[in-house]
Amino acid sequence: MDQVRVIEVKQSVFADNDRRAAELRAELKEKGIFLLNLMSAPGSGKTTTLRRTVELLKDEIQIGVMEADIDSDVDARAMAESGVKSIQLHTGGMCHLDADMTRQGLDELVDGDVELAILENVGNLVCPAEFDTGAVKNAAILSVPEGDDKPLKYPLMFQVCDVVLINKIDVAPYFDFKLDKCREYIKMRNPNAVVIPICAKTGEGVEDWADWLRRQVKSWRS
Amino acid sequence: MHELGIVFHIIKSVERVAAENDLERVSAVVLELGEVSGVVPDYLTDCWKWAAAKTELVEGSELRIEMLPAMTHCDGCGRDYPTVAYGKTCPHCQSGNTWLLTGNEVNIKEIEAY
Repeated sequence: MDQVRVIEVKQSVFADNDRRAAELRAELKEKGIFLLNLMSAPGSGKTTTLRRTVELLKDEIQIGVMEADIDSDVDARAMAESGVKSIQLHTGGMCHLDADMTRQGLDELVDGDVELAILENVGNLVCPAEFDTGAVKNAAILSVPEGDDKPLKYPLMFQVCDVVLINKIDVAPYFDFKLDKCREYIKMRNPNAVVIPICAKTGEGVEDWADWLRRQVKSWRS
Repeated sequence: MHELGIVFHIIKSVERVAAENDLERVSAVVLELGEVSGVVPDYLTDCWKWAAAKTELVEGSELRIEMLPAMTHCDGCGRDYPTVAYGKTCPHCQSGNTWLLTGNEVNIKEIEAY
């Protein structure tokens, strides 16, 4: 048998994925597609928030939604009812999506007219933050019942996000949730993050979020 | 679940390196893991055994893990301190204005192959 060779690699495990994500982003720029990666813990209201968002934007922007879950298609069905193109991605047990999986989803979703593609990532505050999906912007939802200290406990998620939606703001008094504290903790992790309090159920604040998204899509496609 | 995803990415990277270097069979992968990378070494090696058995290139290979210490820098007083013992708050000046210097690495250091 040949002698053992030692190959020095000295490279982050995430480097390959980061490179593929950057390639995907460059292609999206060329095609004029804005990809939003929406992340949060399970049950924070990603799908409800998306339905509200789609209602406000679908008449002016062509939207497509990719729902990523370990199993089931309940989210894709819910989105389809909102009248936008929607597909379900199954991660086969994996806790996150990477750039290659996102590309596969986009290939299926985009048939030439989608201007805003939204990826609803797997409900999880840890792993999705580690893998760049190729998205133009990252958004996280933090809902009031989860507590205002989550930016301290899951720092990476809040570091990689361009915008944080604080959802279920209507129940803040019942959960002892301090919005000022939460803003402060988010700023500690990421001074540039935009924080928008919303209530996806009643629609409060969703207009501000839709405005932010509208501006981002416009500037990416200009 | 988190560790399994990372294992798949390690295998992908090893496959790329193997193709570039004409390696047919990998006997070991040496991984540098930061103390606060959030990756659990035992879970990682368990996932490795399972996933490596399904990929010819790395079948039966060993995943060797070298831990790297986590250090945090304090902008308050300019000193460094060990992250695991003190977390986000500087033990010298109690400032919370601190950032991670090292410790979140998940690096493939080297690959041993025939």
